[in-house]
Amino acid sequence: MTRHVPALSRRAVLAYGIGAAGTAALIAGARPVRAQAPVTLVNVSYDPTRELYRAINDAFARHWREKTGQQVTIRTSHGGSGRQARSVIDGLDADVVTLALAGDIDAIAQHSRRLPADWQTRLPNNSSPYTSTIVFIVRKSNPKGVKDWSDLAKPGVGVVTPNPKTSGGARWNYLAAWAYELDRTQKNEEAAKLFVEAIYRNVSVLDTGARGSLTTFAQRNVGDVFISWENEAHLALKEFGEDKFEIVFPSLSILAEPPVAIVDQVVDRRGTRAVAQAYLDFLYTPEAQKIIAQNFYRPNRPEHADRVDLARFPQIRLVTIDGVFGGWSKAQNVHFSDGGVFDQIHRPGAASR
Amino acid sequence: MSEISNPTVASALSEPRWVRWSLILIGLAYLSLVVLLPLAAIFTEALRKGVGALHEVFADDATYSAIILTLTVAAITVPLNLVFGVAAAWAIAKFEFPGKSLLITFIDLPFSVSPVVSGLIFVLLFGAQGLFGPWLAANDIKIIFALPGIVLATTFVTLPFIARELIPLMQEQGTAEEEAALTLGASGLRAFITVTLPNIRWALLYGVLLCNARAMGEFGAVAVVSGHIRGLTNTMPLHVEILYNEYNFVGAFAVAALLALLALVTLGAKSLLEWRYGDALAGKGRH
Repeated sequence: MTRHVPALSRRAVLAYGIGAAGTAALIAGARPVRAQAPVTLVNVSYDPTRELYRAINDAFARHWREKTGQQVTIRTSHGGSGRQARSVIDGLDADVVTLALAGDIDAIAQHSRRLPADWQTRLPNNSSPYTSTIVFIVRKSNPKGVKDWSDLAKPGVGVVTPNPKTSGGARWNYLAAWAYELDRTQKNEEAAKLFVEAIYRNVSVLDTGARGSLTTFAQRNVGDVFISWENEAHLALKEFGEDKFEIVFPSLSILAEPPVAIVDQVVDRRGTRAVAQAYLDFLYTPEAQKIIAQNFYRPNRPEHADRVDLARFPQIRLVTIDGVFGGWSKAQNVHFSDGGVFDQIHRPGAASR
Repeated sequence: MSEISNPTVASALSEPRWVRWSLILIGLAYLSLVVLLPLAAIFTEALRKGVGALHEVFADDATYSAIILTLTVAAITVPLNLVFGVAAAWAIAKFEFPGKSLLITFIDLPFSVSPVVSGLIFVLLFGAQGLFGPWLAANDIKIIFALPGIVLATTFVTLPFIARELIPLMQEQGTAEEEAALTLGASGLRAFITVTLPNIRWALLYGVLLCNARAMGEFGAVAVVSGHIRGLTNTMPLHVEILYNEYNFVGAFAVAALLALLALVTLGAKSLLEWRYGDALAGKGRH
């Protein structure tokens, strides 16, 4: 009895090993063998660009193969812009970063020196091949009658937006609201602070990224209005059905310029500078500008885009971060640093006051 | 025998019928609500668009590499914790030494620490801005946002499973049988293989299964150190979240179903072993 017992437990271990190896082999065998890609780029991006870069990556890979004969595979990582920047600072090897705002790439330059401080001058249009803005998504037929930013501050309106500490989009949302009230009150900062505070009092869920927030709003049915990237708003209508939601364009919003940059330290070590540079340059070509408009971003060379796509971008008054807030690093310091204005107006449990 | 044939004593010894039945019903209802229903939901969601859609999900490069990465991580983590767990349990149960209770406390630590913290400590240690960051960068060694970091975080989180299964059992069993083997002239290793191992084999197997299940399923700690690069550093649980965030609900639930299936297979394997070697199991423990 006791004699065959050790063999038994060995057999158990063996069975486990064979099982695991078998599963791996099965999955490996079920899949066609692919040629090894000669070069891989890692693009660390923010949340709502998944569909955009899937299309861009295919087009660029084709373009690069035709031009050089080399096969390029682009791997992407998506998440809240601030969190993604943090990962790059902590050592995530991104060949290129394509984030939601210049402030996040500034942070990478400042904290890790993986790219020079003047990165934004290296590509046209402040290194932003596309722009976007901030709009509202409301439920079908707009039951709360949301027309403009002022409606978001009214009691009883449920607002959904991500956390500005981790999400780039949320910072644009916040600053757009601030700019609206500044404009309305002829630059009364105190009024703007109270206004934004009133909006955040209506926020019940602060997700870490734009995607999480959209899921909260669209799938979990939380809130009456979702402050959203314009591109994300169109995508939400496409995904969840135009019979469920409507887009509301406020009277004034902010010009969001999501920038792109090469991470010098990574491309120099990996020897990928040429292809990484070509990848970013490609974003400014007619082919890419067309894809950009198709994916609901505002192309900065609209002449290359389809008219049908452009018709989805109504003219609204757009203010810039440099004009109203004196640039990202200043806005970041004043509003989103520890103990900054956002920390002052948004205190957990503040709603119970 | 005689008590059972006596109806008065039998009813005094067992609960009234309605108590028994309501307990069984409560147990079943609770299990259905908390375990079976969500499990069924995963599989129905995954199959909602048919088997063809499933094929598409698993033909995807990113999904494939997530599966391979998860299996690789488990294949490294489980043996590591197996060796450590047996060694630690052996030391704690069979010897007296200073700092023993401290060791037990530290083994429990990963259970009580939030997984996010478990991930962050490795970023603080091995991240580019971390303690060893500059040295690692100078020697071109990648830990965070690569396989080693994911393995480290997973090992940390799953560390207690095997040790925790073994310690109480080995403490209860004591050292008498090993001492007998040693006095009869067996070497230490032989005593371990022929006496200790058979005594702990079921607890060990159970610990390995739990450890494996958690290693494949860990989300929080891995999310911090992964970097979420599709096709490179994405594990299956992270891939489920990514697919879900891309509105690819069939894909998300398909990968989730595969994860659940892997867990069910491990549980099935355990039941099979118990059934096949039931007599050996019955002879478990001291006899």
